[in-house]
Amino acid sequence: MIELLSKERCTGCNLCVRICPTNVFEAVDGDIPTLARANACQTCFMCELYCPVDALYVSPYADRSVDVDEAALTRARTLGSYAREMGWQKAKPRGAERDPTYRFRAAERDYDHTSS
Amino acid sequence: MIRHHELQLTADVLVIGGGPAGAWAALTARARGAERVVLVDKGYCGTSGATASANTGVWYVAPEGDAREHAIQKRLQLSEGLGRRETMEHVLETTWQQIAQLAAWGFPFPEQDDGVQFRANLRGPDYMAFMRKLIKRAGVTVLDHSPALELLVSETGVAGARGHRLQSDEAYSVSARAVVVASGGVAYLSKTLGCDVNTGDGLLMAAEAGAELSGMEFSSQYGICPAYSSVTKGLPYFWATFSDASGRVIHKGGLWQLTVAEALLEGPVFAVLDRAPPHVQRWLRTGQPNCFLPHDRIGIDPFRERFPVTLRSEGTVRGTGGIRIYDRSGSTGVPGLYAAGDAASRETLVGAATGGGAPNAAWAISSGTSSGGAAADFARQSLPQTRAASAAGAAGLRPRRTAAHVDAETLIQRAQGEALPIDKNLFRSADRMRASLVQLDAAWEVARDRLAARGRAAVRAREAAALLACARLGYRSALARVETRGLHRRLDAPGLDPTQAHSLAVVGLDEIEVRPYRYIEGSQA
Repeated sequence: MIELLSKERCTGCNLCVRICPTNVFEAVDGDIPTLARANACQTCFMCELYCPVDALYVSPYADRSVDVDEAALTRARTLGSYAREMGWQKAKPRGAERDPTYRFRAAERDYDHTSS
Repeated sequence: MIRHHELQLTADVLVIGGGPAGAWAALTARARGAERVVLVDKGYCGTSGATASANTGVWYVAPEGDAREHAIQKRLQLSEGLGRRETMEHVLETTWQQIAQLAAWGFPFPEQDDGVQFRANLRGPDYMAFMRKLIKRAGVTVLDHSPALELLVSETGVAGARGHRLQSDEAYSVSARAVVVASGGVAYLSKTLGCDVNTGDGLLMAAEAGAELSGMEFSSQYGICPAYSSVTKGLPYFWATFSDASGRVIHKGGLWQLTVAEALLEGPVFAVLDRAPPHVQRWLRTGQPNCFLPHDRIGIDPFRERFPVTLRSEGTVRGTGGIRIYDRSGSTGVPGLYAAGDAASRETLVGAATGGGAPNAAWAISSGTSSGGAAADFARQSLPQTRAASAAGAAGLRPRRTAAHVDAETLIQRAQGEALPIDKNLFRSADRMRASLVQLDAAWEVARDRLAARGRAAVRAREAAALLACARLGYRSALARVETRGLHRRLDAPGLDPTQAHSLAVVGLDEIEVRPYRYIEGSQA
């Protein structure tokens, strides 16, 4: 579930408000958004991917809320790690041309089971 | 009574749902000459639904040589008697053409070692961001965070839809000459990756407007993920060794679903991806970063350390059932109403097998394209509506009896209590299904007779109604199929019965009738 919207990093661009499929965020006039409906989070990590300043952290625990420590997440370079690994840059899709998943598809076809 | 402001739009074609099927439908409707195309999405067209957070293979086979024939033969066999060659040929050809379009428009497919693009795979977030750009450029009006709540019907057929805009908290209505329902399947809010928006809303809306559903017994697909996580991506588990709490190995490699499911009934199950050689580990990490987010963030090395796994329901999203369609254009039998993507039954493509991954991705492209084109044609030929349309929504909006304080969350839990557990829905028997139906029917009666909500709360109320409707129709179909075929497993009827090589249509939402039929392209009989 979403656990952190960093007040340090957030610039209030409200892109997360726009793109969250389950409408977790709430825009606030003249301020940064809030996690108004965190319990609606479906742990899809899309907000992290789109956040241009790496201000969001989605914990892997899908069914319960856990405490997080922003300083530790920053030290471990966890903030922004999903976008970095995908190759996205400031909410711009990049990196699909380097996706090696196609190397699996031939092997997968032998099983005829492609539910990934 | 206060009359709240309502946004009113007029369209030739209204598309409900902004996943791949909806996006292709909207794009094709514009290309086929529909002037005003409106697409409404419950979340955000580009991030919503099963595809956006996935990385999916596509059933994409070159027309040259005999590769397609081989692919079709294999699919026919997997479909266990329900797949249709003409559907497969159409899906393969349409997908081939549209993927070529994607490449021509500049989608960054990866290049293989020989420099040729590999086009049978689509990385979800990139694909859906690209589709959004295409439909915006084509002049489609997109309403995000705007779930449709109910269809509008007139004397001549479907005439649009009403819904609610979540962020501005205002009602909207779109009067349209044709409607494509591409709102996805139902995964019962299981938290399977990206699918909490897939609550079967379109199935309920279509059924209320008179459409039938089909194949709802093939609604018992489950995805595997780390026990605490939402990342139900199956690919890494081809290299898994599964074990029980004592460390005893119970399964290795692919086709793990049944063994893992049976073991989960006994106790916790663990996986370690220890069969992946170093180059596979590298490709998995680079290609499926969201698979490894959970492990990295918790501090587990999944290639060396065991981690607990669970199964999350993928319902009809990666099952097969949905709105019954009569031809390749997605006609539902209700004039002006078309169904595409996971909202439609995919029985003629995958039969009794899972549609998950490559077939569904191709189906979304093909059925979206065909239904969008057909809807545009229908809109051009239809006469203007002479009388005002009426709203078709019932449970959750217009209760049959006096509205009472009914908690939608409780109704959702009651639907989940019967639809999610593997001992009820994956391993089925008549006794358990009848017991589930007693519970579900009682909850449905409450929803039908008492549940009424307005504004934002109406969205949740309709989700509750849709989940209950889908679970009930699923078990009614499953009771009527007294055999084991594909996804549908009956402990009390373990074998395949050749005399049941037909589809099951489910008709009605209150008094439910199950009718066997055989699909004949274009036949509405």
